Amino acid sequence: MKLHGAEIVDTFAEAFPMWGARVVITAATPAWALEAGRSMTGFATSVIGCKCEAGIERELAPDETPDGRPGVSALLFAMDRDGVAKRLVERVGQSVLTCPTTACFDGLDAEEEVDVGGQLRFFGDGYQASKVLGGKRYWRVPVMEGEFLVQERFGAVEGVAGGNIIMLGCDSGSALRAAEAAASAMRSVEGVIMPFPGGIARSGSKVGSRYSALPASTNDVLCPTLRGQVEHTDVPPDVESVFEIVIDGLALEPVREAMRRGLVAAAESGASHVTAGNYGGNLGPHHIHLRELVP
Amino acid sequence: MTLTLTLREQPDVPLEADALVPDRLAGADDIAALPLWHGKERTRVGEFFAVSGSGDDVRLEGDLSRVKLVGAGMTAGRITIAGDVGAHAGAGMRGGELHVEGDAGDWAGAGMRGGTLVVRGSAGRRLGGTYPGERAGMRGGEIVVHGDAGAQAGAGLRRGLIAVAGRVGDAAGLRMLAGTIVALGGLGPRAGAGMRRGSIVAMAPATPLATFVFSCTYRPPFLRLYLRRLRALGLAVSDGQIAGRYERWCGDGLELRRGEILILEDGLERPEADRRHQIAGLDAPRR
Repeated sequence: MKLHGAEIVDTFAEAFPMWGARVVITAATPAWALEAGRSMTGFATSVIGCKCEAGIERELAPDETPDGRPGVSALLFAMDRDGVAKRLVERVGQSVLTCPTTACFDGLDAEEEVDVGGQLRFFGDGYQASKVLGGKRYWRVPVMEGEFLVQERFGAVEGVAGGNIIMLGCDSGSALRAAEAAASAMRSVEGVIMPFPGGIARSGSKVGSRYSALPASTNDVLCPTLRGQVEHTDVPPDVESVFEIVIDGLALEPVREAMRRGLVAAAESGASHVTAGNYGGNLGPHHIHLRELVP
Repeated sequence: MTLTLTLREQPDVPLEADALVPDRLAGADDIAALPLWHGKERTRVGEFFAVSGSGDDVRLEGDLSRVKLVGAGMTAGRITIAGDVGAHAGAGMRGGELHVEGDAGDWAGAGMRGGTLVVRGSAGRRLGGTYPGERAGMRGGEIVVHGDAGAQAGAGLRRGLIAVAGRVGDAAGLRMLAGTIVALGGLGPRAGAGMRRGSIVAMAPATPLATFVFSCTYRPPFLRLYLRRLRALGLAVSDGQIAGRYERWCGDGLELRRGEILILEDGLERPEADRRHQIAGLDAPRR
């Protein structure tokens, strides 16, 4: 199947459940909110190596935040609910509590909740105080700058991780431009993040390795430099570079929509092929077929 | 659908109308037969009120300034009082909305556990307060008064929000345990006397008791949430109040000193000597 000159491979992305939370960070200026968001979502590209996957969903205008200040919303995903709780406590504690002028709020209205502010309050060493407003409890933690405000409980939902598209290009420049366009298009979808740097991974992986200690290793069938070295390759003869975008979302539909927009943008921007990664259908229950995404 | 009860004649002595809550009215076969106390005499709703309509949206009309306990203990629904109401309105209420379009008497919202009480006029003494013999007063919910409030508003307050657009009388937050009182029009003397925890917020200059100690002037992050909530509830909260700097006074020193009085900065510069005391970590000077 062709779209804007790009070959759309008849395959599917295999996505699987992960638990997710939305964190709203506000600050005195958009720059400080963004700084805290970047820090909180740093080193969170893959649950395999980072224990969670996280990214900034979007920036928020003052009229969109609980305290009327500029902010960002960030999404964080882990394998289970407890994992979300642990990672949030670590990351909000180390990256948001410490950042000048910030406050931190739950951005989901979910039945399931995890305790975040209720753990971070202990940093107040007994001087912390709580406030209950509209049925929600907030903790005021005294800090050297003034006071850090954090909501006690954050909603957690079973989301979808592992949505992906893979872009192939005739040279590294055109492949990267296609990937950049795809990532940019995906950012317009609410409820998803692309956890890799700039949303793009150059090092897609396969499960397992010849080294027993490694749970994942380079995806050799999509490495152009190994085309003449491996028994089987998925890199066509005219392709010199490949990039992948991984998408995590709070639900399946936003992941599908992000893949759709990314696929179209990549095709329009010079990708020679667009494909997707899966594990033969054995890993995840969500199979998102590229042919269903083509307009 | 609205259930309307219109007071036909003024009671000779205060009428105890704790039956006038949506919970009881909605389930009653004969509303006019519900019991009331007129002084020491047992009487019926129909003796004093004309009843029309039905539903859990209740409207009370007439001068109810001698009718007590309206909405006391209510858990759901809505009551609108088209005028003044007597003492104990909404006392112990746990949910629903009680709207008083005129003034409310003493003890309005006393011992309240939840729900919303809105007084378009002024409220009497012990708004959201505690009854004699009880340690804790209001334990949840929101009270919004568009006029003034009398003495000892929020006495024994344990949880919840009391906001007064006008001035709050003497000893607001007397022996309060926690919770929040916002006085947009300023505080009377002896605010927070004996308070253990909680916040009293004043938008006009105020002089805390000598047992309160100045900490700093800052922008309390939580206050932005509260003031935006009050603005949504219809109070005139300015951007300057939401974004403003507040003096934080900790007290009461005779108790835990875990409470605070926050006073909107009046724009005066703090003397340099005061700042030096703060930097040196010495006892904060009183202003």
